[in-house]
Amino acid sequence: MKTKFNPPIGKISNMNGQCISLIGNDIDTDRIIPARFLKCVNFDSLGESVFEDDRKTLKGNHSFDLEKNKNASILVVNSNFGCGSSREHAPQALMRWGIRAIIGESFADIFYSNCIAIGIPCFTLPKKSVEEIQNYCDNQFLFLEIDLKKSQAKSKDFNFNLEIKESSRKMFLSGEWDATSTLLENENLIENKLNQLPYIKFNTNLL
Amino acid sequence: MSQDTLFDKVWDLHKVSSLPGGSDQLFIGLHLIHEVTSPQAFGALKDKNLKVKFPERTVATVDHIVPTDNQSRPFQDNLAEQMIETLEKNCLEHKIRFFNIGSGNQGIVHVVAPELGLTQPGMSIACGDSHTSTHGAFGSIAFGIGTSQVRDVLATQTLAMNKLKVRQIWCDNKLSNGVYAKDLVLHIINKLGVKAGVGFAYEFAGPAIDELSMEERMTICNMSIEGGARCGYINPDEKTFSYIKNKLCAPKNEHWDKALTWWKSLKSDENSIYDDVIKLDASKVEPTVTWGITPGQSISINQQIPLLDNLAPNDRLVAKEAYEYMSFKPGQLIKDTPVDVCFIGSCTNGRISDLRVAAEVLKDKKVSKNVKAFVVPGSEKVATQAKQEGIDLIFKDSGFEWREPGCSMCLAMNSDKLIGNQVSASSSNRNFKGRQGSPSGRTLLMSPAMVAAAAINGKVSDVREFIN
Repeated sequence: MKTKFNPPIGKISNMNGQCISLIGNDIDTDRIIPARFLKCVNFDSLGESVFEDDRKTLKGNHSFDLEKNKNASILVVNSNFGCGSSREHAPQALMRWGIRAIIGESFADIFYSNCIAIGIPCFTLPKKSVEEIQNYCDNQFLFLEIDLKKSQAKSKDFNFNLEIKESSRKMFLSGEWDATSTLLENENLIENKLNQLPYIKFNTNLL
Repeated sequence: MSQDTLFDKVWDLHKVSSLPGGSDQLFIGLHLIHEVTSPQAFGALKDKNLKVKFPERTVATVDHIVPTDNQSRPFQDNLAEQMIETLEKNCLEHKIRFFNIGSGNQGIVHVVAPELGLTQPGMSIACGDSHTSTHGAFGSIAFGIGTSQVRDVLATQTLAMNKLKVRQIWCDNKLSNGVYAKDLVLHIINKLGVKAGVGFAYEFAGPAIDELSMEERMTICNMSIEGGARCGYINPDEKTFSYIKNKLCAPKNEHWDKALTWWKSLKSDENSIYDDVIKLDASKVEPTVTWGITPGQSISINQQIPLLDNLAPNDRLVAKEAYEYMSFKPGQLIKDTPVDVCFIGSCTNGRISDLRVAAEVLKDKKVSKNVKAFVVPGSEKVATQAKQEGIDLIFKDSGFEWREPGCSMCLAMNSDKLIGNQVSASSSNRNFKGRQGSPSGRTLLMSPAMVAAAAINGKVSDVREFIN
C-alpha cells in the first residue's frame, strides 16, 4: 500500500509512471479481489487485499509483492483481463494499491467500463508489444510517459501508439468520465424518454 | 453494423441522447439492486447530495451474503448483517421496494425478477451483477454494471454506454435426451471462447432455442457473460408471454393486450443485419463438464482433457495454469473424477425446473457417502413450489441438505465454501480459481442433472446412464 489514497478527479491527460507486469490470460475479477473481501460497505481497505489468493500462493513472488514494483502505477496485462464478475471492487482494489492506468492485449467489457467510471484509462496494444514491455520489465525498470491527447506511450527505449476507445479518450480529456453530472444535464430528455416508453403505460402493476 | 435486430430496436428506443464523447445515454427501464454492489453507490449519492431519481424503477432483494442454514437475525456473520442492514436502511430512506427474507419473494435477483413478472420484453435492465444477462431470455436488453454505474442509474435512471455489436448464435436441431441448456451454453462458450463476446450482444436463435423452456433460456442468457458477452438475449415468443402472464407485476386486463401487441413487434426482423452469425448443431452437444479454470475449458463427458498440442496457441497459457491448479493430466478422462462436494443452485441453475430434473435423477437413490451434497433453491418462491411438489423430500431422502434461498456456494460469500483442494460438481457458472471459497478449491461446472448423477456415484458420471 502506498501513501494516502487520492482518487483521480477532473481532466486526465498525462500519466507518467513505472510499469508493473502481470502475465496471464483471462485473469478474472475473483482473482483480482476474492469475494470474501466484498463484504464491505465502502472500498477503503481493498488495496491491501488485491490478488490476495494469488499472492499467498506465490509466497512473495507475485508481481504485486516484488520490492521493485512497489511504486509502480501502470499495470501491463495480457488478454481478457478482468473477465467474470462485475464487481467494481476489482478496479477499486487495483487503484487503491496504486494503479492509475492499464495497458493490455484486451479487457473484459464490464471491467473496462468500471475502470472508465472511476478514472483508470485502459489502453490496448498488440500481443507482441505487450510481451515486449513485459519482457523488458522482467529485469529492469520501465517508466512510461502516457500522453492521452496523442494516445502515445514513450520511454527512452520505447514509443508505442496506444489504442483506446475514442469515447473514453474524449471523456478523460474533458473530465466527463465521472458521468453523473453529464447525464443529469439532460434531465428534461430523461423525463421525456420515460413518458415515451410503451411499457411505462401498461405496467401499472409494476413497482 | 447491426440493423433491425431486437437489440437495435430496444437500444434505439431507450437512447436518451448522444453524449459529447460519442457514447449513448441509455435509459434504464428496470434497475435491480442487491446488498453487495449498492452500498457504495448510495454512499456516493450522499456525497454528491443527489437523490434517487425514479425510486419506483428500482427493486431490491438480498442474495449474495445471506446464510442458507440459519437465517435468523442478526446474522452470525457481523459483516453480512451490516450489509443487509445497510440495504434495508437505503431502501427505506429512498423508498425503494425491497423483497427481504421472509417476504415470500426474496431470492437470487435474477431468479426473483422474472418470477415476479418484473422482467419483460423490450425493457432495458441493469443490475450491479454480471449475470444480469439472464433477463435477456425475455427479449430485454439486460447487462451487468459496476457500482459507479449503479450510482448513475440511481441518480439519473440512465447510463453512458457504447452500443454493442450483435452476433447471432443460431442453434439448429434440438438437444438430445439427457442434454440440457447448461450443456449447450458450455458448448457454445467452448467453441467461441471466453472473450469472443467482448463488444457484442449475443442473440441466441434457431430451432434448438425455440424448443427451450423460459427457465432453460435463462440458463443460456445467464452465461453469455462467461463467453465475454455482457448482454445475451432471445426473441420473445408465445412461451415468453405465457410465462409472464398472471405474474405479480405483469400487465393486467386491457394493459395485457397492449403489452402483447407491443412485445410481438420487438423481435428481430427477418431481414435484420447482424455483425456476425455463428451456426451450430445442438443435436451434437453431449453432457458437458468443465475441467479447467475458465468456463471455456470444457469437454463432453466421454472426452479426455485436451493435450496442449491440440489447443489453439492462444489457449495454451491458461491451459497450463489449469492443469496445474486442477491437478489434472492432459489426456486424462473427466468421467469418474472423484468429487467431494455437490452443489445445486445459483442464478444459472437454481430454478424449479432445475430442481425437478435433479430430483428425478435422485429419486430412490442415495448420495455417495464420500460426498457432501446440498441444494439451494434460487428463491423463496422456488423453495415453496418445490415443497408443494415434494421435491424437497426427494432431495433430503437421497442425502442432500435442503437449504434456504441465496447465491451460496456459487461465489461463497456466506459460510458455504469448499475446504482445501476439494473438488466440487457444481450447477453454478464459474470455475475460476478460488471461486467457491477455498483458494485451492476446484470446481467442475455441469448441469444440475449431472451434479445429481455425480452425487450418487461420488464421481463425475454420465447422467444418461440414470435416465431413460
